[in-house]
Amino acid sequence: MAETMATVSAPAKPGAPKWREPGLLLAVAWLLLLLALAVFAPWLGLVSPEEADLLATLEPPGAAHWLGTDSLGRDTLSRLIWGGKVSMVVAIGSVAIGLAIGGALGLVAGFFGSMTDRLIMGVMTVMLCFPGIILAIALVSSLGPSVGNVTGAIGVIFVPAFARIARANTLSLRDREFVLAARLIGASVPRILMREVLPNLMPALLSYAVVMLGVAILAEAALGFLGLSVRPPQPSWGGMIASERSSLVEAPLAVFIPAIWMFLTVLSINWIGESVRRLFDIKAQTL
Amino acid sequence: MSSAFLRRLQVQVVTLLVILLAATALTFIITNVLPGDAAVAILGDNATPADIASLRTELGLDRNVVVRYVDWLSHALRGDLGKSYRTRENIATMIGDRLPVTLELILLTQLIALAFAVPAGILAAYRSRTKVDSALATVSIGLLSMPAFVKGILLIYLMSVLLGWFPASGFKSLSDGLGANLHSLALPAMTLALAEFPVYMRLLRADMISTLQQDYILVARAKGLSVREILLGHALRPSSLSLVTVVGINLGRLVGGAVIIETLFALPGIGQMLVNAVYQHDQFVIQGVVLVIATGFVLINLLVDLMYALIDPRVRISG
Repeated sequence: MAETMATVSAPAKPGAPKWREPGLLLAVAWLLLLLALAVFAPWLGLVSPEEADLLATLEPPGAAHWLGTDSLGRDTLSRLIWGGKVSMVVAIGSVAIGLAIGGALGLVAGFFGSMTDRLIMGVMTVMLCFPGIILAIALVSSLGPSVGNVTGAIGVIFVPAFARIARANTLSLRDREFVLAARLIGASVPRILMREVLPNLMPALLSYAVVMLGVAILAEAALGFLGLSVRPPQPSWGGMIASERSSLVEAPLAVFIPAIWMFLTVLSINWIGESVRRLFDIKAQTL
Repeated sequence: MSSAFLRRLQVQVVTLLVILLAATALTFIITNVLPGDAAVAILGDNATPADIASLRTELGLDRNVVVRYVDWLSHALRGDLGKSYRTRENIATMIGDRLPVTLELILLTQLIALAFAVPAGILAAYRSRTKVDSALATVSIGLLSMPAFVKGILLIYLMSVLLGWFPASGFKSLSDGLGANLHSLALPAMTLALAEFPVYMRLLRADMISTLQQDYILVARAKGLSVREILLGHALRPSSLSLVTVVGINLGRLVGGAVIIETLFALPGIGQMLVNAVYQHDQFVIQGVVLVIATGFVLINLLVDLMYALIDPRVRISG
């Protein structure tokens, strides 16, 4: 896969992303705005996201409700902001889990090789035999839907991919001169792993992590669609789209507005991810 | 068939068996160790502990996990996947009924995705770094930024609600005629294909760009071959290794996507069967479906590996 081949090397000048590129700036601005809204949600004077008003159901966007209301008359904007909090916690938490566990396993497997490698990567291959979403469904349905369990389940399904990237890059690093030099001056194995190898793995792992933030939001939405994310009435983006699906004919905006909101968010993440990937992917730059 | 090839096959088959054992054991562990119990799920929350205990004995849930796994495995090896806790239906029969729906959906998805991705990938590579290329790149990032069910809902709105071309849900089997069958699968297959298209296109584009820089392409160009002959006759096959791999691997991954899409479009496939089984803690159904999916996944990997040899003669020699 292309991501696994991301090589670790100093960025070359010509392919470096233009940070003044307007699309990229917009993407960063949108994500910062969402982050600020999610953090300051309790103090924004929003209508309660769970307060139903059966006299104002499926309203189009207007002065009272900027982005309209859903089929129970709840304010869409408020639900999107509070739901965004769920998406962000899940995205950051699950990527952190995948990065930490997968990165560590891949590092150890690649560095020590032989049986350790075969054992760890064998387990990873078995995990990859399950379509990720099915593993997540099984875990969440057994443990019960909650932000913590959704984060953990998505984090677990991210582990094998991070492990593979970390291993592939460690393999290319472990026989390099600076690692040999560290060995010769008598550095301990943990020190070599943490101070010599790990810092060189980070570019590849982090640029993959950015992309996985978007994947995590999509996965949380898919679980929400199946009713396996936070419990109603607490809002989540996937749950909002799923529950308004039955109103698609009479009030398509009630579905489309949350869909567009989520789309813009994941698009921004992917846009930034693409730039980060270009920054570290020397292979594409030379083309 | 060289001996290197046979040895490769041997290693693959052993790996396959080990992976299947591990995957089914892992499923057994997940469905057993995690909270949630088939007996409770069947009887409901109001059941007395005595009722639950007697049902657990009846279902064999009170035995040791390892004993139950070995028991299940020995039956599975003889083609007996047991019965559903819920409906008492034979699981092998249930899977036999539903698997064709999922397989057809996945096959159609791949066909649609490739039908668009191959020309688009070639075009993006040939016109790389032009407006066409960046337009295609933007479209593919956009498609990757939407979950499958949202794409599905958008397609339903566009093609079913507004245009009335396709049904919004439901499935017509082949016995209702091929036309009706394809008509009912069109929207779900398009939905899934929209997610595969960008992946395939980007892969082919990247490999094609590096192929086009090879010397033999220059030779072909110097000989005066047409662009068409160079792209399709000389460059496409050597550029399709990664594409074949990922198309193969995705057959397994698509089963995951099918779970959501079968739920959205009410298609009676194994994805929907699995979701329902998970909700109901119908352990042997989960176990059976996972076995089928994992077997399919591993067999496909084996097949992809053998396909390499057909596409790239160098693999045949190095083994």
